[in-house]
Amino acid sequence: MITRRKLLMLLPAAAFAWKYVLAGTPEISPNYNRSEHWWGMLLDIDKCIGCGNCVRGCATENKVPDGYFRTWVERYHVSDWHQETPQVDSPNGGKDGFPPSTAVDGKNFFVPKMCNHCVDSPCTQVCPVGATFDSPDGVVLVDSSYCVGCRYCIQACPYGCRFLHPTTHTAEKCSLCYHRITKGLTTACCENCPTGARQLANLKNPADPIHEFLKTHSVQVLKPYLATGAKAYYHDLDGSVR
Amino acid sequence: MRVSKFKDAEHLVRLAVVCAIVLVVFLLVRAHFIPKSFGEYGHYRGNALAELSSKPISYAGHQACEDCHADVLEVKKTGKHAGVNCEACHGPLAKHAEDPGSVVPQLPDTAVLCARCHEANIAKPKWFPQVVSKEHSGGEVCKSCHVPHSPLQQPGDKKS
Repeated sequence: MITRRKLLMLLPAAAFAWKYVLAGTPEISPNYNRSEHWWGMLLDIDKCIGCGNCVRGCATENKVPDGYFRTWVERYHVSDWHQETPQVDSPNGGKDGFPPSTAVDGKNFFVPKMCNHCVDSPCTQVCPVGATFDSPDGVVLVDSSYCVGCRYCIQACPYGCRFLHPTTHTAEKCSLCYHRITKGLTTACCENCPTGARQLANLKNPADPIHEFLKTHSVQVLKPYLATGAKAYYHDLDGSVR
Repeated sequence: MRVSKFKDAEHLVRLAVVCAIVLVVFLLVRAHFIPKSFGEYGHYRGNALAELSSKPISYAGHQACEDCHADVLEVKKTGKHAGVNCEACHGPLAKHAEDPGSVVPQLPDTAVLCARCHEANIAKPKWFPQVVSKEHSGGEVCKSCHVPHSPLQQPGDKKS
């Protein structure tokens, strides 16, 4: 017969055991060592033709709902002396390409945008539940099963890279195709980019061509004054880009 | 009036028992709601990493295409489209790569497809080959004059 005393003594032990019963066994990707990777992306403005292949590829790969974007392309028009007030358009995120420009003068170019996978990401810092996190291999990810949909991270991201998924009501963002890069593939946007304007980079790999590129080209990150540690490196980025 | 010391002690014991029960209930609830892997790598659920990386892919990657379609690769690598990956034009074909028999890819319409990249636009970099398709071909499909895999070749040329 179980006494009250025995029951009370058993409860903590039972609680401890139950914790292990509830948790599943984690699946680990074979042949992928997180400590050997530190992911970033190289975006070459001089190679972007605004075809929208990256936006479509991303939407297909990651089932991004219509009207929302994990990556998008902006078209800039900077007239000669209006460096600080560029005209920017991005019809449907550039998913259907761009109509002919009305501009005939000034500077015109495309800028692909995406999550910068910041080292000191503001979005991760504000998440109250630990649903958004920096992975050990340098990718900012969202655990949608843990997200409570408070939208705090959406407001915190200075690059506007996040949105609330209209059906799951959880925060969504570029995962740098974590399901692809851990399998040895490149991201969907890089796979689809016809000109090589986007290139995935493993900064921990000394043989990665990014190192040579960073050494020999002028490279910039977006909003460097925010000290977010952005790892989306832009080549040929114009000063008017925000 | 004197109060018995024994009774005072009993009150304290009851209070302690209530506190202990509250503590145990708190620990139980906490253990129930915090996933086992939380905190494994940081302030997040460690299993989320494995779950995110186990999602299925839609684009097989050019390596998978080239394993079987080496003949196309031969044509492609000599031409201007050497750097364009297969699925950039042919669409997501991971299912075809997995089971080539059951999923047969559709040939893209070159009149639409080529214009996506090559239609002239002032914002495109100057080095990139661009045409105003109305003036260039007048609605003719591009592949009547260009081999899509190597666009400077004409259909019927050797190796096309």
